[in-house]
Amino acid sequence: MTFVPKPKARHPLLKTNEIGLTRRDYEAIVSTLCAGCGHDSVSAAVIQACHELSIPPHQFAKVSGIGCSSKTPSYFLGNAHGFNSVHGRMPSIATGAYLANKELKYIGISGDGDSASIGLGQFAHIIRRKVDMCYIVDNNGTYGLTKGQFSATNDRGSTSKRGVPNLYAPIDLVSLAIQLGASFVARSFSGDKQQLIPLIKAAVLHKGFAFIDVISPCVMFNNHEGSTKSYSHVRNHTEPVVDANLIMPRDEIAVEYEEGTTISVSMHDGSKLQLRKLSDSYEPDDRVSALTYVQQAQEEGEIVTGLLFLEEDAVDCHDILGTSDTPFNGLEQESLCPRAEKLEQINESLR
Amino acid sequence: MQPTDIHNPNYFHKVVDCQWACPAHTPVPEYIRLIAQERYTEAYMINWESNVFPGILGRTCDRPCEPACRRVRTEEKPVAICRLKRVAADHKGDITRYLPKVPKKKNGKRIALLGAGPASLAVARDLLPLGYTIDMFDRDPGGGGMMRSQIPAFRLPKDVLEEEVDLIVNMGVNARYNYEITSMKEMLDMDYDAYFVGTGAPRGRDLDLPGRKEVSKHISIGIDWLSNVAFGHTTSISGRVIVMGGGNTAMDCCRTSNRLGAESVTVVVRSAFDVMKASDWEKEDAMAEGIPILNNRPPKEFVHENGKLKGVVFGRVKPVEADGRLKYVPTGEADVYIEANHILMAIGQENHCPWIERDLGIEFDKWDCPVIDEDSLQSTHEKIFFGGDSAFGPENIIWASAHAHKAAISIHLFCQGKDPKHDRPPEAVNLISQKMGLHEWSYDAEHDPSQRHIVPHADLKRSLDNIKVEVELGFDEDLGFKEAQRCLNCDVQTVFTEKLCIECDACVDICPMDCITFTPNAPEAELRTALTAPAETLEQDLYVSDTLPTSRVMVKDEDLCLHCGLCAERCPTNAWDMQKSIIHIPQLSSYAE
Ligand SMILES: Cc1cc2nc3c(=O)[nH]c(=O)nc-3n(C[C@H](O)[C@H](O)[C@H](O)COP(=O)(O)OP(=O)(O)OC[C@H]3O[C@@H](n4cnc5c(N)ncnc54)[C@H](O)[C@@H]3O)c2cc1C
Ligand SMILES: Cc1ncc(C[n+]2csc(CCOP(=O)(O)OP(=O)(O)O)c2C)c(N)n1
Ligand code: SF4
Ligand code: SF4
Ligand code: SF4
Ligand SMILES: [Mg+2]
Repeated sequence: MTFVPKPKARHPLLKTNEIGLTRRDYEAIVSTLCAGCGHDSVSAAVIQACHELSIPPHQFAKVSGIGCSSKTPSYFLGNAHGFNSVHGRMPSIATGAYLANKELKYIGISGDGDSASIGLGQFAHIIRRKVDMCYIVDNNGTYGLTKGQFSATNDRGSTSKRGVPNLYAPIDLVSLAIQLGASFVARSFSGDKQQLIPLIKAAVLHKGFAFIDVISPCVMFNNHEGSTKSYSHVRNHTEPVVDANLIMPRDEIAVEYEEGTTISVSMHDGSKLQLRKLSDSYEPDDRVSALTYVQQAQEEGEIVTGLLFLEEDAVDCHDILGTSDTPFNGLEQESLCPRAEKLEQINESLR
Repeated sequence: MQPTDIHNPNYFHKVVDCQWACPAHTPVPEYIRLIAQERYTEAYMINWESNVFPGILGRTCDRPCEPACRRVRTEEKPVAICRLKRVAADHKGDITRYLPKVPKKKNGKRIALLGAGPASLAVARDLLPLGYTIDMFDRDPGGGGMMRSQIPAFRLPKDVLEEEVDLIVNMGVNARYNYEITSMKEMLDMDYDAYFVGTGAPRGRDLDLPGRKEVSKHISIGIDWLSNVAFGHTTSISGRVIVMGGGNTAMDCCRTSNRLGAESVTVVVRSAFDVMKASDWEKEDAMAEGIPILNNRPPKEFVHENGKLKGVVFGRVKPVEADGRLKYVPTGEADVYIEANHILMAIGQENHCPWIERDLGIEFDKWDCPVIDEDSLQSTHEKIFFGGDSAFGPENIIWASAHAHKAAISIHLFCQGKDPKHDRPPEAVNLISQKMGLHEWSYDAEHDPSQRHIVPHADLKRSLDNIKVEVELGFDEDLGFKEAQRCLNCDVQTVFTEKLCIECDACVDICPMDCITFTPNAPEAELRTALTAPAETLEQDLYVSDTLPTSRVMVKDEDLCLHCGLCAERCPTNAWDMQKSIIHIPQLSSYAE
């Protein structure tokens, strides 16, 4: 925890984005999490990604539940909208907000406790409902905020700080998300910003539900020998399978990959997402084979990372429901609150 | 790149930009912190140890430290280092108990100091505590050299000068004032164990132009005229005055003329405004007193009527850059004629020692400067050492102090039969952690964004009416505190321990100045472009760690670090620590015990 505010002074050569803002303009107050917490790196990655996307901070809405992870929206995009909801209930808030205003970019931050334990039901249903958002789980295998209980994503046999092994098998949120119909599913590591930042950018731009499971070590309760979510264990057991590289309309295409190993996907805002396969047998556009691969690796104790599944031309819940494109705050009183006669008409038509 | 060796004393010394730039390597941040704590006496003594004349320098120093200050790069305006030195001097208490003891019993060695300027005085101060007998000779009626004879009272009041000069003289110097040295041979015949030549650069340059001879009684050499003013021989100047030259002397000449009754004063300079030798603040002060400075005007001729000066003709040139150097070419415009009744010639000085016979074994080079070893300041005559302006030509007071410390060590080594060049004590560095608690440091780590505070000036009319009125009033305690808070504490270093780092990136994310990057190692030029923010200030070092478990290295660009300690606060493993670097610059005082 730091008591001193971060000085406003900045490097004079800091890059400005297309709308003239520096990365520092996407920051917020200094984190109160433990020094070295992986969650802070995820926040830094979100800051960098949003800056690179050149979207003004006030066009984002941050939503979260309860947990150290769910506190982090306070530490990025200080000028964005935000709602810190109750434990495991962020999906309801996000769904409501999205229905009311689809023009904002939604970033949800949750924890493994928040999404895989108390909030598992909500997690399943927001995927099923296809809310257009970037949903990030800071996955540390523990309940950090309540001081280190095993969470539902903790691996069987992984030990607590005192050396006691976990007896239950983990819930894998990535497999769940693929299975439940998410159109963008990725996994990354808080200690690998090079991989994480492009994933967040792509997830924000992706139309449909985008999920990123970020392994994010808890330095206080789950970073010891014997833990499978420690910095060193994760570094030694990750297998990146698909690299994602987002090419904005103004960017030149710098790297041309070998024929056959890359897939190029057009995003609906005109940018291009280049996927580079690092493993021959991986098929990121095939739900069943992606799921099989991920689960097989898990059996072997390997953590596959990268953009694991992508469905182009996804639909979202506004498409499904045919609801208003105009945000509620842009609608006239008349259309927001139809008169009694209108209700009468509707009732009549149903009789 | 190779991992950085932080135990090389120069590595962290360079990070303390001000201290590195100060010829006497004054530990600036250390005394600034003491000022913020209202410990003025201790702050004064730290200065007195390193630069010998804090009260004088706090008003007159050339301040090479200020353009070097990190704050210039992180913001724009440096910390007012020099004026804070004056705060220490103005507000100090009794210093007697801090002064070195001078033994009653002498060590038997006799040293002659030629000249009583800052260089000689500082040598005396360093040698006296070791029991040396010091005889100091000067033609002037008092000590201080050009600090007394040249720097006008409106910049340096007499009592401030005398306090610091007398302090040294009263330590037991046998001062022989009004003593014109006319022969080095005679001095050698007095058989001292060693000699220090601190006679300065006392000859002002002249300019031979058409009409020069005829108008000679209307022309004064600037430094001669200023010393006549200082010693009360000249008390007024009348008519229109032209000051020729663009250095310190020119600025002091024009401002002095303005106070002694000149009808008008104009400074005319051969070169462009930006490249004038005078410091920016001197030019500003002169202009604030209503004195015009005309640039790019080389003089051509003195116009007179039967030996009575009428004016001066100046050509017109413009600066052109050719092969990286400035050249002045005529603009083709008509010459300018400026009326004048008196001319003060301030176009430079020379170190000139006609009284040193050339057959004593003291070698002189083709520019008639003594041949001196740069490390020991020893001449080709083993008993004779040079320092101050007499060594390498006109510099300033802080260089005189710096030379003096070197020369004093050399003289001591020489008197002990050791080699002044090769037996010198080495520099060293100590690192002391400043951690007091989880988020507590023993220094004020928080960054203060305030702008540089302006030193108040005396009322303009009042100061123009009386040459003794000091123009700058100095900071009071409140402003002094505020200005002191701007110091970034660049001597509190970020020290990295590879084996503790878990590569969590917390330091990278928190650093407000993007100093820290974890990246694959590469040659320096490549690394400089591969960092989070490009490292374009090539004089500023990169701090590179050994290889980390992910086979990357930690690279920190020292350039813009605010020394805010946030990296160390956010590091979960204390791989970063804030440690005060104490640079040990050898001084004779460490031999005194
Ligand atoms: C007008 C002017 C303004 C200046 N302003 C500043 C300033 O603001 N800040 C700054 O840092 N520096 C300033 N300087 C420069 C500074 O004064 C000198 O660099 C400094 O005093 C040099 O010190 P020194 O001990 O080497 O010699 P000096 O101070 O020159 O002392 C030499 C002494 O030797 C004596 N001497 C010389 N020859 C003989 C002889 N043959 N016999 C007997 N005695 C002799 C002289 O009388 C003199 O007292 C200024 C210089 C001038 C001319
Ligand atoms: C309804 C409810 N039940 C229980 C809690 C107690 N609680 C607070 S945070 C938390 C777990 C958080 O774990 P996770 O989401 O993984 O966040 P982390 O702190 O690990 O980032 C629990 C159980 C609560 N706040 N509200
Ligand atoms: S307890 Fe764990 S999760 Fe919470 S801030 Fe500390 S390190 Fe991060
Ligand atoms: S002290 Fe650390 S955090 Fe602060 S500017 Fe320097 S490197 Fe960055
Ligand atoms: S905060 Fe400490 S442990 Fe983390 S990367 Fe920086 S130095 Fe290493
Ligand atoms: Mg957790």
